[in-house]
This record gives sequence, C-alpha cells and structure tokens, in this order.
Amino acid sequence: MAKAKTDPTDGTPLEAVIGLEVHCQLKTRTKMFCSCENRFGAEPNSLVCPVCLGHPGSLPVVNRKAVEYAIKVGLACGCEIARFTKFDRKNYYYPDLPKNYQISQYDLPICKGGSVDVAGEGTSHRIGLVRIHLEEDAGKNIHADGAAESWVDLNRAGVPLLEIVSQPDMRTPEEAGAYLRMLRLIMLYLDVSDCNMEEGSLRCDVNVSIRPRGSTRLETRTEIKNLNSFTNIENALVHEIRRQMKLRESGQPVIQQTLLFDPQRGETRVLRGKEEAHDYRYFPEPDLAPLTFTEESLAAAGATLPELPAARLRRFQSDLGLGAYHADVLVRDVGLANFFEEAVAKYAKPQAVANWVVNALLEEMNARGLGAQEAGISPGRLADLVRAIDEGKVSNQKARDVFKAMLGNEKDVAAAIRELGLEQISDDGILRGAVRDVLRAHPGPVDDVRKGKKNSVNFLVGQVMRSTKGQANPGMVLKMIEEELGVAGS
Amino acid sequence: MRGVVETRDAVRGKKLKAVESIRDAIRQIREVDGALHAASDVFEADALREAEDLDRRIARGEEPGPLAGVPFTVKDNICTRVGKTTAGSKILASYRAPYDATVVARLRAGGAICVAKTNMDEFGMGSSTENSAIIGPTKNPWKTTHVPGGSSGGAAALAAASRGMIHLGSDTGGSIRQPASYCGVTGLKPSYGRVSRYGLLAFASSLDQIGMLQADARECAAALEVLAGKDAKDSTSGAVPVPRYLEELERGVRGLRVGVAKEYFPEGIEPEVAERVRQGIDTLRSLGVEVREVSLPHTRYANPTYVLISGAEASSNLARYDGVHYGYRTDASRGLIDLYAKSRVEGFGPEVKRRIMVGTFVLSAGYYDAFYNKACKVRKLIRNDFEKAFREVDAIVCPTSPVVAFPIGEKIDDPLKLYAVDVLTVPANLATVPGISLPCGFTREKLPIGLQIYGRPFEDATILRLAHGFQGATKHHLDAPPVRARSS
Repeated sequence: MAKAKTDPTDGTPLEAVIGLEVHCQLKTRTKMFCSCENRFGAEPNSLVCPVCLGHPGSLPVVNRKAVEYAIKVGLACGCEIARFTKFDRKNYYYPDLPKNYQISQYDLPICKGGSVDVAGEGTSHRIGLVRIHLEEDAGKNIHADGAAESWVDLNRAGVPLLEIVSQPDMRTPEEAGAYLRMLRLIMLYLDVSDCNMEEGSLRCDVNVSIRPRGSTRLETRTEIKNLNSFTNIENALVHEIRRQMKLRESGQPVIQQTLLFDPQRGETRVLRGKEEAHDYRYFPEPDLAPLTFTEESLAAAGATLPELPAARLRRFQSDLGLGAYHADVLVRDVGLANFFEEAVAKYAKPQAVANWVVNALLEEMNARGLGAQEAGISPGRLADLVRAIDEGKVSNQKARDVFKAMLGNEKDVAAAIRELGLEQISDDGILRGAVRDVLRAHPGPVDDVRKGKKNSVNFLVGQVMRSTKGQANPGMVLKMIEEELGVAGS
Repeated sequence: MRGVVETRDAVRGKKLKAVESIRDAIRQIREVDGALHAASDVFEADALREAEDLDRRIARGEEPGPLAGVPFTVKDNICTRVGKTTAGSKILASYRAPYDATVVARLRAGGAICVAKTNMDEFGMGSSTENSAIIGPTKNPWKTTHVPGGSSGGAAALAAASRGMIHLGSDTGGSIRQPASYCGVTGLKPSYGRVSRYGLLAFASSLDQIGMLQADARECAAALEVLAGKDAKDSTSGAVPVPRYLEELERGVRGLRVGVAKEYFPEGIEPEVAERVRQGIDTLRSLGVEVREVSLPHTRYANPTYVLISGAEASSNLARYDGVHYGYRTDASRGLIDLYAKSRVEGFGPEVKRRIMVGTFVLSAGYYDAFYNKACKVRKLIRNDFEKAFREVDAIVCPTSPVVAFPIGEKIDDPLKLYAVDVLTVPANLATVPGISLPCGFTREKLPIGLQIYGRPFEDATILRLAHGFQGATKHHLDAPPVRARSS
C-alpha cells in the first residue's frame, strides 16, 4: 500500500486531534515479576515458570531494573517521578493472560506529565505526556488458519512493558508519526528497549477526533488498535480522519468506538462500542508492596542519563560544526552517530568524516540492511581513509573504490590504495613531466589561458588527470600549470 | 507421649530412626482417619523413602537439621511437589503443583518429612470444613457429629487426634485459630509477613497467612523458628530478624501487660465460653501478668470489612481457575466465553461462587467507593485501634470464637450465621497482628473452648510466651479427645 502522508484536513476549516498510547517492551534480562529470561523468538512456552504461567500460589516480585528504566524514560521526558507509586490489578479474562488479571498501574503511575519535542520543517512542536506507567505484557494467542483450536504462547507473558500516554496534542498523521519516531529514538538512546515494531517491542494505539480549527473542545473520539508500523499508523489516521470528516459532512455523529485497522484493506472495523467497554475492576495489587523513591535515588538515576537526541543534535551542529542535514541524519540512528563520534575521535575533521559516514557508509548499510557496526569497516579505518584523502594519498573520486575494498576485511588504508594501484601521484618530477607534455600537446587552450580564459585551466588539469589515469594530485597539477604559464592563482 | 521437640531430639540423638518416626505418624493418621476424614492424601512410600535417606545421612554424620525426622502435614491449599494440591475444590481436583511452597521447602530443608495433605473448606472459604469438594466434611475428634471448625479443619482434627507432627494451616480470617479452638489444640496465625506465602493458594492476599496447629505453644515455637523469615519470592514477607522462639518461651510472663476489651465479649457469646476465658485471664493474672481494660471500638465493623476485602481479593485471585491452562475444564463448551463460564460454574462450590460474586460486585465501577474503598478505610481504623491499645499493653486476650463446635449441617445453609463465627478472629488479619488460640477448658458437653491472644506485629514471641506460661499452669491442652491414636 502506498504511503499516504497527506493531511486530510489540509485546506478545510477542520483539524484533527490525535493522542497516542504507546506500549514499549523494556529490554531487561528477566521478566517484570519473575526470573524467566526476557527474549524474543524462542520456542513457544520455553521461557516460562510458575509465576508467569499464573500457577496457583505463585507470587510476583518487582524487577528493579525495569523500575530503573521507567524512571530513566520519565526523566528523559521531563516527567514528574512519583515518590510513592504502586501496582494495581486490571481484571479481564483472556487466554493470553494466565492470571486473568494484568499487573499494571492505575491511579499512581510511576511518571506523570512531561513532554517530547518533535522537530518539523524548521519548527519544533512540544507534545505533552499524560503519564508513563509500568505493567506486564500478555502472552500471544496463535490462531492457525482453518484450525479448530487456538494456541497460546506465554513466552511474552510477564515481559516488562512501559505504557506512555500522550496528550491529544497532535494535529496531523505526519505529526503523530514524528512524535512516535522521537519517542522511539529517546528510548533507543536510553538503551532501555529495542523498539522493534515488527517484533512487537513497540506498539501503538491512537485516539482521534476532529473539530473546527481553533476550537478547544474535545469531540467524541475513536480509538484504533493493532497498529504495528509507522506506515500503518499514518495510513490508519488518514483513513479515520477522512471517515469522520465524511460523517460530519453528512450531519452524522461520530460514535465512540474501538476500531481495528486492517492494513491489507486500508480500512478500520469496529472492535467494540462504548457500551461494551470493559469494567476492569482495578484495585491495588496486594501481593506487591508500594515503591518509594528518595530524592537521592532519583538524582542518582538522573546522573546516569546519557546524552539525548536533542542535545546531541545541538552539539553536532554547534560544537562540531556539522550542517543541519548531516547532523540530523546521524542523530536519527544511534549506531551511526556513535560510529561517527568514534571516527572523529581518531581524525578530528567532523564535517569530512560526516560526509563519508552519511554517504558511503549509510548507503552500504541501507543496501545490505545492516547497522553501522556491522557494515564491515571500523570507525578507525574509516577515519584513516578520510585522513588519506586529506593528505593527498588518494583522490576523492577514487576513494569510494578504496572504501569498498576495505569492507569486510582488516586491510589498512595504505594497503587498499596500493592494491588498487590508486596511489595518488604527488611526485614533483613525474607530475612536472606530465604537465609539460599536456601543455605541448594543446597550444590552443594554453593560449586561451594566457589571455585570461579561466575555464581552459580546468580543461588542461583534466587532460593531466587523464594521462595519469586519475592518479595525479589535482591540486599540485593546477599549481604547476599556473607556474608553467606564468599566471597567478586565484 | 512423644511430641515434635522430643521427636527431633530423639532423631538427632540417634535414639530414634526417622523411619520409625514416619512409620508411627502414618500409623496414627490411618488409625483415626476413618472416623475423622481429615487427611486428603497420605504419602507413605515417598515419606519412608525420604526418612531412609535421612537416616543414612545421619549415620554418615551429616547435620540432619533442626526438625530432623519430624513428620508434617500440609493443608491442601499449600503447594507440594508430592501428591495433589486441590484446595478442596473440584476445579483443582487433579492439579499437581510443579513446585514446593516456601514453607514446605523450609521444613524439608530442616529435616522434616511430609506425610499427608489435610482437608479444608474449598479455597479456605468456610468455618466448618463442610465445604470440601474433594473428600467431604471432616469430623471433630471430641464429638464426631460436630464440625472441627475451618477452614483448616483437617489439620485441627489430626492435631487433636495424634501426636508429634507439625500441621501447616492457613488463616485468612481465623482459619487456623477457630478450628484449633474447636478441636482443643494450639493454633498460631503469625504476624502478616512473618512467614512466606509463596506457594499458598491465594484466597485474600492481604489477609492470608500460613501458621500451624499443634499440641502446645512450644511446638508452635519450634516450627515457627524454621518457617519464619524474609523470602525473596514473597515481596510481602518482612525482613525482620527471626528470634529463637524456643528460647524466648523461657523468659516467663511476669510483668507482661495484657488488655481485655469489652468489644471481644459480644452479645450472643455462649456463657460458658465467656466464663472459661475469664477464668483463663485470672490464671494469667495469677502468673504475674498485669491485666488492664482496653477498648477497640471499631471491632464491630470487622466482619463486614472482612467480607468486602476478602471477597474483592478472592474474586481476582480465583480468576485464574478458568479451564484454560490447568485444572478442571468442562466437557461441553461452545466457544471461549462458554468454556470459561461452564468450567467455573461446574468447578466451584456454592460458597466460593458466593464470595466471587460479592467481590466482583464491590470492585465494580460505581460501587468501588461505596464498598471496597470504604472497607479499606475502616480497615485502617481497626488497625489504629490495635496500635493505640498496644501502646498500653503487650497483648490482648479474648475468646477465639463466640461459640464452640456445632453439629455438622447446622449452619451450612445460613452463610451469615456462619460468618458470625469469625467475628473475634478476623480483626487479627485486618490489623496484620499475630494471634494464637489455646485450649482454656471445656463445655459441660466436653467440647473444647479456645482462648485467644493477640500481639503486636512481628512480636509473635510475646504471645507464644504468654501461651506457654498459661500451658505451664493448666492442663487443658493435655486432655485427649475420644478419637485419638494409640500411643506407640
């Protein structure tokens, strides 16, 4: 399905009001309330124990690491961290929930408030957060096509989950996508989640309504569930906004419903109406004592926060002098940005290094679907290549071949250049001979240069490069031509 | 007659083989169980194998543990790898636990050997052990036409009719103390958090506590010493140091202050019960205990508060028994909802259903504040009453139950009458304080009467001392019921 990044309200007197509920699995070593391994892709029901199977008599114990991760995310988003927080039971029946209640947080979430800044084209928009809370994931029901039975895999049951609820602060599908991308990036920077939508470690429900532009009222909204890619989120929103606009046009009311998006058909269908909404009968989880945090413990958690995307973007531009485009491309990919920083540590020419990382390396990564560290060249070796170019050991044009030759091996840059026969000729005597040969062979252009025709100098340089198979140092060649012809360099 | 402490001393001193101790325990159970219906399962082969192994280790000179060779029974709502763990319910009739509860693991690590599981009211819901869907009602050894109390009725009946074993029970609103009182034995509900709940099938998590039913306070102390302490698997267990309870007993009772509250001698209390308990208080006074009047004014709200909170928690705790993952599943179901509904309708007994319904109702939108939330507030008031009283006294003494053992079938169709039996025991669970019931005499019909002692949270040693002091001066706990195993 084609990407529909359009804003259906564009050019109309209406605007959309969008809020997101994001579920994000935390990558702790063990599950939220037991010591089972927290890992994706294992054989079904192989990562289970009496606790996450909900066996009679078993009791949950809070994973401290998950709490620490939640606090980190809260601090990174400027939330108010609760000094006192507790868990609650959310009661509902489903086969993927062995206890038939989910341990979650109800009225005292671990984080409240906060915001995420979303950069648009030259603008920045602040999306408010309502809350962030900790809970346990459910297992997975598996319905084989045509089979009479359904199966349940409980490996995922009890995996720590962070629920992040935004304010209804987004106005377009694109903005919703941008918010989720930034949230994901923050989580990746904090190294608390894989945020992999395909594997389900990042999931999203959206709430949407429409209203006249400028109104501050919140109209009846619908909720769309089951959105497992950025494309689906934006497509579902476009579809739903259009549907609500049509209803409004024909004078029909929007009904409060929970919808399911079908990405194949690009449509939503009704999952349940308001009157079928669950009564979850929340009450405090009696098996877990409330958690309290001291100022010192929160300060300590704050001190361990890494640099976040926004700060890194500012530093790349102001301290390292990168252009906005390069800085942005690097910051969006933690691995790429880290690679870049390691390379700059070896060769302190940030913009030159950035050019190579953003062009050659990123192209290679995209072509082969790899991360920066897996592309086959270390930051140090890439830095060596950039340095060799600057030192005139290889021409900029030929350096791409050298880059390719360095992939997937431990060859140093000098060896790669040598093997390709691409060593740049910077020897004075050899170059002087080649220049004189070219000047003799092209009296016309030589004449033009003497008369002040600048373009002809480039022609002569080109001829020298040709006669040396591109290996001549172009800077030296230019200087020599100017010397030979007695014209001053500009 | 050999008790728990004597057995362990004899086995540790190589004067008695663990195998002999276990064989004798199983003989005792077999001898009385036809009349009592107290054991839901007996593990002769497994227990003897373990005993032989222990004897070999002792012969090799290995340290056999503080409860070496002591047989123990486990209420059927506590998980054991051996046998089934049914909680007295059809819905778990064939359930085998994949692990040992922490209490079972601790006793075993201490050298004790599991010989049987004991009967109970389904999921601990009941005060008479008539609600057992597995083996039917247990009988009182003092009068087999009468109930043994409940829900730990199997443990209480066996404790009265045999000697030398530890009987693990659980107490959510009196389920150890009330049957102990009806069967004339000593039953301790430790402070909430004193003993791990890991492996106890939850009825009401904030009220449930594992304890034991024994011949006397000394046996309770010996068992508690091994059972108590923080468990990493139970977040609600307390990291409070565990005293040497047996040594604590020897400190005597002189100078301790106990409170007597008029609220604990309510209207409707049987006159014989009030009389014997008052005599018991006089006995304590004669031992040098100072007796003071205290007041716990919110006691009268304890029962409704208990019904709401325990029901609410039970409705959620028992949601997992749904026919999907383990336990009973209906034969005939059309679709998921039908599978849930039929499995639960067919699997649970009427009392369990009643409490699930009440609990579901009080947690529902629109009723939460009026019922569950209000009950939580009243619970705080009840707790405050105790805190206030415990500023003036070290313990509170009262009857365990307003009545004595009643005939089987008498109250089973009137839940409110049956709930009223718990009125003097539920406050301990609501306030998380320890409570012990010990025999203080008999009715003219020769049915036992229980005296109850409450203590401060985690001061279980104080009430054990008082109970031990009382038992040093009285002989009620030594009286044997008509149904009683021969001594070996």
